[in-house]
Amino acid sequence: MNIAKPNSYRSGPDERGHFGIFGGRFVAETLMPLILDLEKAYTAAKADPAFQAEMNGYLKNYVGRPSPLYYAERLTEHLGGAKIYLKREELNHTGSHKVNNVLGQIMLARRMGKKRIIAETGAGQHGVATATLCARFGLECVVYMGAVDVERQQPNVIRMEMLGAKVMPVQSGTRTLKDAMNEALRDWVTNVHNTFYCIGTVAGPHPYPTLVRDFQSIIGNETRAQMQEIEGRLPDSLVACIGGGSNAMGLFHPFLDDPSVEIFGVEAAGHGLTQLHAASIAGGRPGVLHGNRTYLLMDADGQIQDAHSISAGLDYPGIGPEHSWLHEVGRVNYLSATDDEALAAFQLLSKLEGIIPALEPAHAIAKVMELAPKRPRDHLMVVNLSGRGDKDVPQVGDILRGKSK
Amino acid sequence: MTTRIDTRFAELAKQGRSAFVTFLMAGDPDPATSLEIIKALPKSGADVIEIGMPFTDPMADGPSIQAAGLRALKAGMTLKKTIELVRGFRKDDNATPIVLMGYYNPIYIYGVDKFLTDAKSAGVDGLIIVDLPPEEDDELCLPAMKAGLNFIRLATPTTDDKRLPAVLANTSGFVYYVSITGITGAAAADSPAVSEAVARIKRHTKLPVCVGFGIRTPETARAIASHANGAVVGTALVDALKTSLDAEGRATGKTVNAVAELTAALAQGVKGAQQAAE
Ligand SMILES: Cc1ncc(COP(=O)(O)O)c(C=O)c1O
Repeated sequence: MNIAKPNSYRSGPDERGHFGIFGGRFVAETLMPLILDLEKAYTAAKADPAFQAEMNGYLKNYVGRPSPLYYAERLTEHLGGAKIYLKREELNHTGSHKVNNVLGQIMLARRMGKKRIIAETGAGQHGVATATLCARFGLECVVYMGAVDVERQQPNVIRMEMLGAKVMPVQSGTRTLKDAMNEALRDWVTNVHNTFYCIGTVAGPHPYPTLVRDFQSIIGNETRAQMQEIEGRLPDSLVACIGGGSNAMGLFHPFLDDPSVEIFGVEAAGHGLTQLHAASIAGGRPGVLHGNRTYLLMDADGQIQDAHSISAGLDYPGIGPEHSWLHEVGRVNYLSATDDEALAAFQLLSKLEGIIPALEPAHAIAKVMELAPKRPRDHLMVVNLSGRGDKDVPQVGDILRGKSK
Repeated sequence: MTTRIDTRFAELAKQGRSAFVTFLMAGDPDPATSLEIIKALPKSGADVIEIGMPFTDPMADGPSIQAAGLRALKAGMTLKKTIELVRGFRKDDNATPIVLMGYYNPIYIYGVDKFLTDAKSAGVDGLIIVDLPPEEDDELCLPAMKAGLNFIRLATPTTDDKRLPAVLANTSGFVYYVSITGITGAAAADSPAVSEAVARIKRHTKLPVCVGFGIRTPETARAIASHANGAVVGTALVDALKTSLDAEGRATGKTVNAVAELTAALAQGVKGAQQAAE
């Protein structure tokens, strides 16, 4: 494809929310006035030092930031190549990067005077983060979750309920994340007057992809400063898993204009790219769903196809629009890892480093196992460890003991 | 350019009555039965026919219409076959306006220009695309106007006076007022609120205003039709269709009649109403 290289990879989106042809605002008229209000509220909040100061306070004392940048010595020795650093987002309160974004959106919801929060969740991590901050600020919380995911992520369902949230199992469609998002949009259309929709990733109608990216960019900004401090220079490569792409965008965005930094996003290849998978860039094409134009898995008639991944958090037939654009302009390399590769990486990291990762970042680790040995020993590679594996312990335990496939 | 929609509303205005607008999903429960049902609608009193284009992820629809779309897709319905359905209908009826209603992605994938050419030549008169607000008019609305198709926009209770002009700017044919904030199949709005909203929209446009969402009975249809230029019924017809199916979701001998009978009853309700004062 012949696309002119931009001066900066960080200036998007345009005022209508487009990253190249991607992004936009494809929603029902009922929601448009609210989305325009949200954009205004966000623009005002961004410019308000009091908002930033309040957020920074919670990020430090409630979330536990900054998260460490940890040199994974044994993994590095085992793979025999690049020096591997783990950005420890799994140490955040609630166990994943999702809390960074939820904190920002809940502060916005409070500014907008909204008392009822809805969210969709796949793995449950976004749901848990939302339930947590709703508890903290005394807001009503309703979380939509595909019935299949309710089954396979039980620990998180229980957690959300303990936090006072109402978990709504979604029975329509494939009963996973995509349908949870449809159901959340239906709720929002119905309760638009008092409800704030807290989206869990860099997707949805403008301004969500932008505001989620901005709230998650703390990951990359910290990584930059920490690497300067530890190694005195920038990293040479970044690796992160991609469901919708928020943990990846948070790590990548502050480095997009540093040409020396190689960037890799890892999609879920499920049973393999020619079978059931969730790799929208590798196996999809541009289409319109959930409020934005982006790469989607679909059939020849434009009907959305079922995604599959062992990881509930990656099991989505789309990807954030900014990633679609970064793919088309060639700034980020999008790779994919299968269920089996992720399981192997899950075990390797647990045994070598004493860190049980979530199945989502295990996909990123799987590609590190391929990439790191091919890089020299002075190559600095950062992997975003987006979440911890507590939620996956029952599921992976069953698989390893041969109870399920 | 005068379309079948303009002609139909002009005729109805002359007769001093409101339009009865029906919605059913293309290909529900299968393409052949669907054509028979659509053909039966004008005889039963439908003045304007909306046909849903099935989509896997209809984010503004309730369970009944979601299920109808999935039944149609399972029976092999596609956008191409939806256009063929309209072509089939046009063989015997060149007057009843046909509006296709749905979501953008299948059209985007079909190709906007090819879709507009094929739809126009098959006898489609207008489009309602739920997820294309005026902010995205370049995508389909402007090309549709150029191709001679009406682009019918939804106005909702959240569309305030400040926003209405933007919503109405490129709208033609009629305005579809969604009487509630909610999904299809939800409860009906009360009739004084609808009357007020219709009057508000009419201060901004000369286009006919039709009202839909939540109308299930001849009585509500009649009440709404007395305040608006048309009453739209979807979920109730889709439910009548569904109730006539066998355990596997296939059409039975009762299917076409079940829809036709409810259409006739609702049409009676609408015809009993005086048209809203201009
Ligand atoms: C730990 C973890 N990582 C990654 C993801 C995928 O989301 P995203 O691609 O937006 O970072 C999830 C989603 O649930 C998650 O829980």
